[in-house]
Amino acid sequence: MYIYDDIDQKIVNERVAQYTDQLNRFLKNELTEEEFRPLRLQNGLYIQRHAPMLRIAIPYGLLSSKQLRKLADIADKYDRGYGHFSTRQNLQLNWPKLEDTPKILAELASVQMHAIQTSGNCVRNITTDQFAGVTPDEILDARHIAEIMRQWSTFHPEFALLPRKFKIAVTGSTKDRAVVQAHDIGIEFYYDEHQKIVAKIWVGGGLGRTPILGTVINERLEWQHVLTYCEAILRVYNLYGRRDNSFKARIKILVKALGIDQFRTLVEDEWQHIKNGPNTITEDELDRVKQFFTEPSYQTNLKNTLEEHQNNKPFTQWLLRCTHEHKIEGYRSVTLSLKPYNVAPGDVTSDQMNIIADLSDQFSFGEIRVSHEQNLIFADVKENDLFELWEKLKAHNLATPNVGLLTDIICCPGGDFCSLANAKSIPIADSIQQVFDDMDYLHEIGDINLNISGCMNACGHHHVGHIGILGVDKDGSEWYQVTLGGNQGNFASIGKVIGPSFSSEEMPIVIKRIIEVYIKERHEDERFIDCVQRIGFEPFKKNVYQVQEV
Amino acid sequence: MNSQLIVKDKIVHDDWVKIDLPKIDMEVKKQAGKVVLFKLTGDDFPTPDQIKETQIPSSGKIILPLKAYLLHKDELKDRLNKGEIAIWVLSHEEIGSHLNELGDLNQFPLIAVHIDKFADGRIFSIATQLRINFKFKNELRALGDILMDQLYFLKRCGYTSYLIRSDRDTNQALKSLSDFSEPYQGAFDIQEPVWRRKNRKSL
Ligand code: SF4
Repeated sequence: MYIYDDIDQKIVNERVAQYTDQLNRFLKNELTEEEFRPLRLQNGLYIQRHAPMLRIAIPYGLLSSKQLRKLADIADKYDRGYGHFSTRQNLQLNWPKLEDTPKILAELASVQMHAIQTSGNCVRNITTDQFAGVTPDEILDARHIAEIMRQWSTFHPEFALLPRKFKIAVTGSTKDRAVVQAHDIGIEFYYDEHQKIVAKIWVGGGLGRTPILGTVINERLEWQHVLTYCEAILRVYNLYGRRDNSFKARIKILVKALGIDQFRTLVEDEWQHIKNGPNTITEDELDRVKQFFTEPSYQTNLKNTLEEHQNNKPFTQWLLRCTHEHKIEGYRSVTLSLKPYNVAPGDVTSDQMNIIADLSDQFSFGEIRVSHEQNLIFADVKENDLFELWEKLKAHNLATPNVGLLTDIICCPGGDFCSLANAKSIPIADSIQQVFDDMDYLHEIGDINLNISGCMNACGHHHVGHIGILGVDKDGSEWYQVTLGGNQGNFASIGKVIGPSFSSEEMPIVIKRIIEVYIKERHEDERFIDCVQRIGFEPFKKNVYQVQEV
Repeated sequence: MNSQLIVKDKIVHDDWVKIDLPKIDMEVKKQAGKVVLFKLTGDDFPTPDQIKETQIPSSGKIILPLKAYLLHKDELKDRLNKGEIAIWVLSHEEIGSHLNELGDLNQFPLIAVHIDKFADGRIFSIATQLRINFKFKNELRALGDILMDQLYFLKRCGYTSYLIRSDRDTNQALKSLSDFSEPYQGAFDIQEPVWRRKNRKSL
């Protein structure tokens, strides 16, 4: 993984000093709340319902065991002994004290971590495929460019106060696991017909209040120009995006208002001034960064002992759901489900963090990854070790074999923690998990994504869930709107609302009825989403609403 | 020194006078961005009346509103040659669309950009355009709601002087110009990214 040199280290240290001074001035009333707001936000600090919330950056979701132990330590010392992994591959602490935040940031800096630009109207943490570097369908490892982009976007002086937040995702696989089309800028690297690395650039995608998929602005951009091209896009957005209404301030609104052709013309005009300029990436720089992501020393000719356990059903279920193909024979990647029953999705206790850190040292070269589905990943586990690892994970409630199944719910913190929420989301996830507590039935249902957001901001990505649930406020009480047909990946689509919203008590039943229709209607091996697309909404609506009217 | 003006890295006396537009009673949505600006205000801002009624002193070094300068351009020629005339723009105005009328921007010893709200980040991109696209070389000044926590970014984008908001401590603000010693990316002040400037060893 990327390791800081003294230049990187100095930047995070100077940031801690700068922020400490800013907080002091705020506490001395030399900065107003309004003036302090963007400063603290760009350090990941929200003022939440109960306490400040601190969002810690995990660049492209990659953590070392040492860093994870530090996070556990911080959660114990400054918080309530747990953290929450978010859909942006970050870690959130829900209960830190404002006065402690400089100390927390200093501790983070000691393990090459920070909270820079995890919030606020700036370029946010750049996300990528959680299986980058190990997946067999990879064309190139997007983490190299993601790291170069991280450095470029960190304290970019021109883009420190954009009209609104700005999210960039990159992928280098044929199968898009980074949802690039749902980002302000999405970048997909591929080899063109001359075996040159080129990028396809989408712009103006995003969830939130106005969900929309990105539009291609450049079909084929040579990789060297990625930074200057993004700079041109950001400049046009910074100058022309709306600043009068935060609900209309994202770049997607500008792209829509101008139309992609005019927008592209503006971008190309700007780009002409900086194309081939100093920020153009060189082969040498890419190679230098590449070296930080060298492959671990894999063993070869491993004896496969998995067959010994083929009659152990819980193990094989886990094997099926929670382990993934690896490009090296004899290895697999393992997903640790953070969605067992009775726990808020994405929450991990500090004890679990320490155990995960130890296990990663033992089984996966001391590296942990965070996925946007809010699970953790050991990327490089020997097949031989899987059984032993499974037993250990199970003992700590980290081996629920539900990855990709109905109870692997993506869920934002919602009304329990978030001051923007219309409704609670965690209790809804919980009540659904309770209704679907039969693992065999879950496996029979198969692949399905259920995503929940507590408000239009869509941190729980409800629009791209096969089933999406959105908390809405009706006359001061909490209601839930259900969408069907959303999808992420290469065939991304935005779900549509099925009808009037439901109370929280009705939600588990509603989901049950939707699933009933699917089980009844599906063809053999047909996934939920494919079935929805084939038979349409009507059968689902009928089953969901008819009974209600009685 | 008792002054709110920082030029480069020193507090200095201000020998320019900024000429304001006459105030009008109208809600102006200058934050609305190019696309909707006209639709929302139903009119351009500053209004033709404001431009016409801007009072121009007959001597001294003055910073004029862009549009007022354009209106009086011919009669100001001599003073421009003497280095007495500078212009300022609002963050929603586009110098780029007046380049023909303005002629060589380097005739102006100073160009200033005014923001009403410190969070108006257009001020940064306007500088990049002036410096990189239009090759403006003289003093570039930040005016309006200018606070210390944005100074470092303003400097990096090409500003060389800053009029700190009148209720803030300029000495304290001065320090923030050096918040960071080695920026990652190329911008106007340091154009090369750090990996071109330094020998960053690999592992
Ligand atoms: S979706 Fe809304 S409620 Fe949920 S975390 Fe985001 S802002 Fe908060």
